[in-house]
Amino acid sequence: MENTVIKSKNFNAYFGDNHVVKNVNIEIPKNHVIAVMGPSGCGKTTYLRCINRMHELIPGATSNGEMDLNGENVYDMHPIFVRLKIGMVFQRPNPFPNLSIHDNVIAGYKLNGIKLHKDDRERIVEHSLKRVALWNEVKDSLTKKGSFLSGGQQQRLCIARAVAMEPEVLLFDEPTSALDPISTSTVEELFHELKTNYTLIIVTHNMQQAARVSDRTAFFYMGELVEYDDTKQMFTNPKDSRTQNYITGRFS
Amino acid sequence: MKTSIRLRINKSKLVQWVIILLAFACVIPLLAILFYIIKAGITKINWNFLTNIPKPVGEVGGGIANALVGSIIIIGVAAIIAIPLGILSGVYLSENKKSLLAYWCRLCVDVLQGVPSIVIGIVAYFWMVKPLGGFSALSGSVALSIMMLPIVIRSTEETLKLLPDSLREAAFALGIPFHRVILKVIIPCGFSGILSGVMLSIARIAGETAPLLFTAFGNPYLTTNITKPMHSLPLLIFNYATSPYNDWHDLAWGASVILLVFVLVLNIFTKLITQRWKIQL
Repeated sequence: MENTVIKSKNFNAYFGDNHVVKNVNIEIPKNHVIAVMGPSGCGKTTYLRCINRMHELIPGATSNGEMDLNGENVYDMHPIFVRLKIGMVFQRPNPFPNLSIHDNVIAGYKLNGIKLHKDDRERIVEHSLKRVALWNEVKDSLTKKGSFLSGGQQQRLCIARAVAMEPEVLLFDEPTSALDPISTSTVEELFHELKTNYTLIIVTHNMQQAARVSDRTAFFYMGELVEYDDTKQMFTNPKDSRTQNYITGRFS
Repeated sequence: MKTSIRLRINKSKLVQWVIILLAFACVIPLLAILFYIIKAGITKINWNFLTNIPKPVGEVGGGIANALVGSIIIIGVAAIIAIPLGILSGVYLSENKKSLLAYWCRLCVDVLQGVPSIVIGIVAYFWMVKPLGGFSALSGSVALSIMMLPIVIRSTEETLKLLPDSLREAAFALGIPFHRVILKVIIPCGFSGILSGVMLSIARIAGETAPLLFTAFGNPYLTTNITKPMHSLPLLIFNYATSPYNDWHDLAWGASVILLVFVLVLNIFTKLITQRWKIQL
């Protein structure tokens, strides 16, 4: 496939002896939205966390196989470089409670000790907040702490924080599961905006969401990648009976 | 049916009153001590009391300036030794919940907390006083810092453990190296808890006498040299309260009030700080 950003080859992940991601092969094209769906405990979040090497931070967690970012195995790179190139947004909004909204956006620079010129700093803050449609809501309260915002605003702040680092890939781990419906729709609209610049991989519990926002969908079941196809194809004409069963709600 | 409900309501009222009564009973000793010491000591406190050094036996007057300065220096040096060590150990324990070293470290901290202060004084005597060839304020500070350590370590650990993992993950996912995650995210977010632990540990050691008996030893003159023997408030109280002279007893009462007020103020400050600087998670 041309323009592949992320490519997994025979990728496995474990928690101790527990084999949670089994031999996954996948190629993710640039500037697309990929939804990863599947029932609870199917390994989809673990797989996502392997892409930017967050998985290995958990004691006892291991992985093997190949995980390429632009043809280079991320497991041969230093994890810090990997995470600078692959941003992540978590299930629950987690802005840094000790930093202002302004500083939260540039937290990746600030906490890494990267010096920014004042003009650059303001430009990045404004640009990133505009990308996540938060600028108008917070431009007068940039010095307030990030934890004063509502849940949906906090989540967009976290997306802005990831976007500010200009990564190539953005990973979303059930980004809307802790949000109300209105915030959810705002965040979902963002995905369309963001895919012009980034590749988005979104783990979701919610099939409707996968169908709404993604170009391609991967279906995980019991740690295996069962099916990976165009979203439209997957939802109208699934090839595997397990996908069929999942989509039609026969198990969840 | 109705009577049984009425009975339950009365029972619950009774329990409530018993709890209030017992809670009040707990406060009585503290209030009694406060009242008694302040009553006996408050009249002795004046400007000369705070700025003069003790007079020899037989002369009237004299103050506790040497002990006041000594206490501040000894506690200050103890804090300088114990705070960085304690916070770093606390960070280590909270970051490594399951490692074998952390297990042993935690056990040692717990044991250390239970070691009698006089024993710590003896240890400091053999570690510091004997090798250095004489009593010194520094050896007293070392003894007190050993007493501070377990409090600082455990309060730091407990505070940082309460921080959600999502905070660490947020930082790691931005490619921030471990040491910066600790220094710029974890410690600032737990700052109020860590600080309150530090303040409480200082309040705890401020009144310690036993570890100072054969380390700082005491000194009737004002000195700021930490390599020499130095006086401190608890030592002064101990020496004067056990003396046969009435005016020395008065000095001891006055010094007790000062010490008590210091500890009280420290505790109140701790409360204020934890409320003020608490970071909303």
